[in-house]
Amino acid sequence: MVFFALVSPTFFTIDGAGVWLESASTFGIMAVAVALLMIGGEFDLSAGVMTGFTALIVGLLTTHYGVNIWVATVIALFAALAVGALNGLIVVRTGLPSFIVTLATFFVLQGVDLAVTKLIIGQVTIQGFSRVPGYDTIQPLFGSSAPIGEHGHLYISVAWWIAVTTVGWWVLTQTRPGNWIYAVGGDPEASRAQGVPVRATKVGLFMTTAAAGWLVGMISLYRTSTVQATTGVGQEFIYIICAVVGGCLLTGGFGSVIGASLGALIYGMTFQGITFARWDTNWLMAFLGVMLLGAVFVNYSIRRRVTA
Amino acid sequence: MTNPTITQPPILEARSISHYYGGTAALTDVSITIQPGQIHCVLGDNGAGKSTLIKILSGLLQPTAGQLRLDGQPVVFTNPRAALDAGIATVYQDLATVPLMPVWRNFFLGRELTRGRGPARRLDRPAMRQIVRRQLADLGLNLRDVDQPIGTLSGGERQCVAIARAIDGGARALILDEPTAALGVKQSEVVLRYIRRARDRGLGLILITHNPQHAWPVGDRFLLLNHGQLVDDRTKNDVTVAELATLMAGGVIHLSDSPGESLTVEAGDL
Repeated sequence: MVFFALVSPTFFTIDGAGVWLESASTFGIMAVAVALLMIGGEFDLSAGVMTGFTALIVGLLTTHYGVNIWVATVIALFAALAVGALNGLIVVRTGLPSFIVTLATFFVLQGVDLAVTKLIIGQVTIQGFSRVPGYDTIQPLFGSSAPIGEHGHLYISVAWWIAVTTVGWWVLTQTRPGNWIYAVGGDPEASRAQGVPVRATKVGLFMTTAAAGWLVGMISLYRTSTVQATTGVGQEFIYIICAVVGGCLLTGGFGSVIGASLGALIYGMTFQGITFARWDTNWLMAFLGVMLLGAVFVNYSIRRRVTA
Repeated sequence: MTNPTITQPPILEARSISHYYGGTAALTDVSITIQPGQIHCVLGDNGAGKSTLIKILSGLLQPTAGQLRLDGQPVVFTNPRAALDAGIATVYQDLATVPLMPVWRNFFLGRELTRGRGPARRLDRPAMRQIVRRQLADLGLNLRDVDQPIGTLSGGERQCVAIARAIDGGARALILDEPTAALGVKQSEVVLRYIRRARDRGLGLILITHNPQHAWPVGDRFLLLNHGQLVDDRTKNDVTVAELATLMAGGVIHLSDSPGESLTVEAGDL
């Protein structure tokens, strides 16, 4: 980070901070939900495509079918929760690895996003969304920004990020369901034996992740006033990486919401830092890989020490 | 068979229990009681029917024939929850603990204490930590740090946590499944001491084991299980540890063998 500050003087200005905070915020919201799910012992590979899926629902319902924008936004939330519940129910009912189940959901949603969008509007990008009646009444909730610094913007998504992190931290560390999340991820059999509602906890986590996908979908939709059918594809691994960098074990049962949030912050700063430094942004992927491997090594050694 | 030392009515009584898996008999006509303040040991080798007996007493299985009586009344445990609600708790060999979670979180797993209401309802950490410390100390385990992951405790200490947890959860009767099986000599002695402490507090205990050296010093009564049948039933006074071992091995004890002459371990040694 110091390096980026040296290479690019704008990196640590208020204007620059607005840029990387905005970038980190959407990843942070997802990383928190994905971290909770990972601590609960499961993965959700459909989390990224969910952001595009929900945004497309709102975009299509409003621009093509003339549905009220508020109603469409709520419908998208219920659709997300339904997909999350389906993911969770399939996983807890069949006992199949969530990696496979949500990989299937990922492909299904990705295919549906593209095929249905093309079928309905003949192209893959929603246009004219900002002209939908009522747009101005809901846009500030997800997409507004306040001017900071000289030319900078502080987006409302940063407030959502802080709110989601706070609620996630509260639930995980201070409540009974939080205790169950650790437990079902650490040892589902032992949890069941102690009367923990294992299935309900896991399904709830999948639905939480889906709801976070909806929130991020709305944030990107209302900020840019447009959405493409491929939005979110490939992002799911970045959420997992943020959670792992923040201390979550891939094997479940251990991790932190604050850590995942910080993982997203590091990601956002690196992502924008590379841009500020005018490097090829492809370097980001290489950096991510190294960061992931390092984090997994550290996490693994912690686990070994505890369970040896 | 009646036991003259019985002074209080049994908490739980299994009368002529049989269980069949398909056509195979896992248990045939087994009777056993859980008495307050007593430790009844069930001894048997692998495949003797110990697991089936535990599953029936803890509500995981229903007997094919025979009856369970709770405080003298016939009862059917349709699931483990029903047995737990009746105060019959089972501590399994794997202890049902989550290694990476702190001791206190494990202790209260599934029955966490909270304070506050609505969205402010939160875990009552100070209360839970205090209760854990007190309950463990009551069994003779003084933990400095109840925030350490339970995986960092020794096997004996984990067993103690599991027993204390069952007691704190309202158990009057404890079924202990091979509590010393995975432990070394020293740890086993520690666990047997916890078990005696639980007995002294008036709990009724069933100790399932294949180790007569562990059963004899703490047990009040010994039931030998073989091929799903109760082959012998002795009180502390009419069996020695050596005889127990012989019985376990399927041997016959001759009446001429004088009790107490061979290897004995006094309960007071522990």
